[in-house]
Amino acid sequence: MGRLKLFIPLAVFVVMSGFLMRGLQLDPQALPSALIDKPIPEFSLPVLGAAPATMVSRQAVIGEVALFNVWATWCASCRVEHPYLTQLAARGIPIYGINYKDNDRDALQWLQDLGDPYRLNIVDAEGSLGLDLGVYGAPETYVVDANGLIRYRHVGVVNEQVWTEILEPIVRELRREGSA
Amino acid sequence: MSRRYLLLCLLLLVAPVQAVIESYDFADEEMRERYRLLSAELRCPKCQNQNIADSNAPIAADLRAQLHEQLHAGRSNDEIVEYMVDRYGEFVLYRPRWNQVTMVLWLAPVILLGLALWVLLASIRNRKAGAASVALSEAEQQRLQALLADTDNGASQDPQQGSSND
Repeated sequence: MGRLKLFIPLAVFVVMSGFLMRGLQLDPQALPSALIDKPIPEFSLPVLGAAPATMVSRQAVIGEVALFNVWATWCASCRVEHPYLTQLAARGIPIYGINYKDNDRDALQWLQDLGDPYRLNIVDAEGSLGLDLGVYGAPETYVVDANGLIRYRHVGVVNEQVWTEILEPIVRELRREGSA
Repeated sequence: MSRRYLLLCLLLLVAPVQAVIESYDFADEEMRERYRLLSAELRCPKCQNQNIADSNAPIAADLRAQLHEQLHAGRSNDEIVEYMVDRYGEFVLYRPRWNQVTMVLWLAPVILLGLALWVLLASIRNRKAGAASVALSEAEQQRLQALLADTDNGASQDPQQGSSND
């Protein structure tokens, strides 16, 4: 017993190392959304580029598995992910844009210059929908199922790796779920 | 000269000021105090080691505006905290609430302190027990004296002889 006691510091060290090793692999910036498995909040907001006073609400954008991408022209990372979103849209992935705290003129210019991967863009100039979604920095991408429930949130750029390793499996699973 | 020195010292003593950019009006001092308290306890989701009072991230400004608005709307502290947690998760609370997940967080210091006390007491007890066992019995005392006398008499003697009476 006395001999075993000598190993206590080693055991403590091993346990601590275990926790610290795990800590190295965690990204402290990646917060789970508080809205996982909850419905997209209700909203009634203008559509980018549509006639004035054309409002869109939650009901109009749900019904199939889709991505909701929070973006803005002031957001540099959004420019980085934009070409990849365009590719995804070309492959038939429905993407809705939430144009977050931006101005319409810049946003329309951006879509004209860089291409438009979005089904439609919800204008969230005040950031009210963003606040309800718990957005804390663009870009953020939400995977929403056919019932309008938020199933996953990705904070940061969506690229080939993020899509194939994280988002695509979720989208595939949700589609299977929906058709079953 | 010394007066100038004093002045310099006084300048160095100016307390660090926590300042936000906007200025808000409050109905009364109590509301101002609640604003101060809540904005110090809510954590900025973007700049993760700052509270929203402290951070100049746009999201922190939004949350301050939201906080101010809700205080004016007459919401209670709990309602406001609930509103923030619904959107940003438990993460926004610098003082986490008591539930199954945060239980570990709240209890860990108490448990660790208990553990440390236990180790301390055990080691003190051990040391006392150790000190007691160092004391020699009557027979051992006599033998020690004999051995000491032995070496005093013949330091140059064959060591074999000394160990033979073991």
